Amino acid sequence: MDKFRMIFQFLQSNQESFMNGICGIMALASAQMYSAFDFNCPCLPRYNLAYGLGILLVPPFILLLLGFVLNNNISMLAEEWRRPRGQRGKDPAVLRYMFCSMAQRAMVAPVVWVSVTLLDGKCITCAFCTSVPVETLGNASHPSLSQGEMKKVLARIPCKDIYDGQELIANEVAIRYLRCISQALGWCFVLLMTMLAFLVRFLRPCFTQAAFLKSRYWSHYIDIERKLFDETCAEHARSFAKVCIQQFFEGMSTDLAAARCHPPRKAPADAGEATEKLLGIIDQGTMNTALKSWHRCKPPLHLHPPALPSDNGWAGDEQPHPPMPRREMAAYYSGV
Amino acid sequence: MDRFRMIFQYFQSNSESVMNGICGLLALASVKMYTCFDFSCPCLPQYNMAYGLGIMFVPPVTLFLCGLILNRQSLVMLEEWRRPQGRREKDLAVIRYMCSSIMQRAMVAPVVWIIVTLLDGKCLICAFSCSVDPEKFVGFANTSPVQVQQLLAKVPCKDDELMRNNTSRKAVSRYLRCWSQALGWSILLILIVAAFLTRWLRPCFNQATLLQARHWSNYIDIEQKIFEETCCEHSRLFAHKCILHFFESMRREIKLHSFSLPREGERAEKEDDLLRGITDQDQVNKLLKMWYFEKPPLDISQEIQRL
Repeated sequence: MDKFRMIFQFLQSNQESFMNGICGIMALASAQMYSAFDFNCPCLPRYNLAYGLGILLVPPFILLLLGFVLNNNISMLAEEWRRPRGQRGKDPAVLRYMFCSMAQRAMVAPVVWVSVTLLDGKCITCAFCTSVPVETLGNASHPSLSQGEMKKVLARIPCKDIYDGQELIANEVAIRYLRCISQALGWCFVLLMTMLAFLVRFLRPCFTQAAFLKSRYWSHYIDIERKLFDETCAEHARSFAKVCIQQFFEGMSTDLAAARCHPPRKAPADAGEATEKLLGIIDQGTMNTALKSWHRCKPPLHLHPPALPSDNGWAGDEQPHPPMPRREMAAYYSGV
Repeated sequence: MDRFRMIFQYFQSNSESVMNGICGLLALASVKMYTCFDFSCPCLPQYNMAYGLGIMFVPPVTLFLCGLILNRQSLVMLEEWRRPQGRREKDLAVIRYMCSSIMQRAMVAPVVWIIVTLLDGKCLICAFSCSVDPEKFVGFANTSPVQVQQLLAKVPCKDDELMRNNTSRKAVSRYLRCWSQALGWSILLILIVAAFLTRWLRPCFNQATLLQARHWSNYIDIEQKIFEETCCEHSRLFAHKCILHFFESMRREIKLHSFSLPREGERAEKEDDLLRGITDQDQVNKLLKMWYFEKPPLDISQEIQRL
């Protein structure tokens, strides 16, 4: 559990690490999806190629786009690209770095799918079974069928239970042939991808290391700055809401006191925290009015400065009164 | 357990994370529901299509409504939309933002159900087995139309005596499943392309408005939460005072009726404080009866004035 927690915290530490985690999960999900998917070759002449190549190429494209969609950096990249220049210059190298880093991570899941598909062999068998060389693998002395008929028979190779061309070409032979080609293609693809990754990783530092370090730093900076800004806004919203609600309750109780034509009840100095916390609301009617007012007439998004006590809760949007009239107000109350 | 607690804490860290968590859980629940559901095609000409399409579309509607119900933000948005203007203006951009965010999250589970259904193929095979062209398939080509319909309707049922080893049944089944899977993958592709374009293009249009809408929608959510917490705290104190007042008035009544000598000694007074003057079975019974038959009014102004 401790190890898991450490891994979790490490992956969370910044957006890149988090994306590495997502990338790994998606690669595993890709392999799992392939094994869960019920491959079902239609075994009809024109449909086989479309289905086989479709399953080989469409899910990787979906996984690639999903890799981009799940990456929060994509909106960061678009924002950074489209923002007005303002007082901060824009560095295209940083944008390029962000894009490359996103693209590399997004490519992992599609590559896994294509490799697994090729190594398994069902897709290639389905797509190219009509192109099997019958002359070399099959029975050359079999009475020749028309082109269309032959295609129909060959199209059923992947479907062992409905295959009826055993005399033309043995089902096992054809499937083994196609699977061998598929696996060879699969291993070549894996080798190619690994070599590409190797070259990118080991040749890049030989050429542009200084520029790379700069781009990486500023790309992380932009990410962290955006997160901090969001956190600061959230904290500000929380404090704003607390003060707004407090002023709402204060205003409410003052208004009701004014409406009942007696001075607002001031809690005596030794009344204790509890009385203060009651916010001046001490009976059912007042509370109901407060709740109704909260819905019907929400307070404006405008906090009164704390130094000037609000004498009238309804003066939300006006400027705070100048000191002169306030002293008069106080004199009136103390006279009563 | 520790692992779950950590994941739980991560998702609780802000309300957007909570909603993403719920959305993910509903999607997983949707997949699990589909795998547990025992699909059973009726294999009758008039019923197949209704059953197949029903299973494909009715649970997603349920999941969509569940997604709306479980999302706290939908009530917040509704309240913000319906409240009178009062002293605070209403910003339609904020309401639109909240609405679109709620809809997006609620749509995930239904879409997952539909895609899983299409990729599995059983629903479409059941719904459209009667609609295939019998000429394409050897076993069904030379039979009367009524018989063809009956046979085609039985295609989804592998265990039926007529269909058990019928190769044409397998051919029709494969054909329909191929179309179903192609449709499923196409829908998934379209949705992902749409999501990608939205994510990529949104910062290019009205980014400033979006930031404002997001901030104020978050603010409204936080404000509602803090208001509820404040009300909760207030009601706890109110209840405390109300009950204290009730005990106090009981004590005074008992003193009035009992004519007992005043107790002496500070220690006795301290204990008396906690017991609040209720010291025998009759008094307790009377207090309990009073609490049930005559609850005190919701007004603690007297208690406050005493302080």
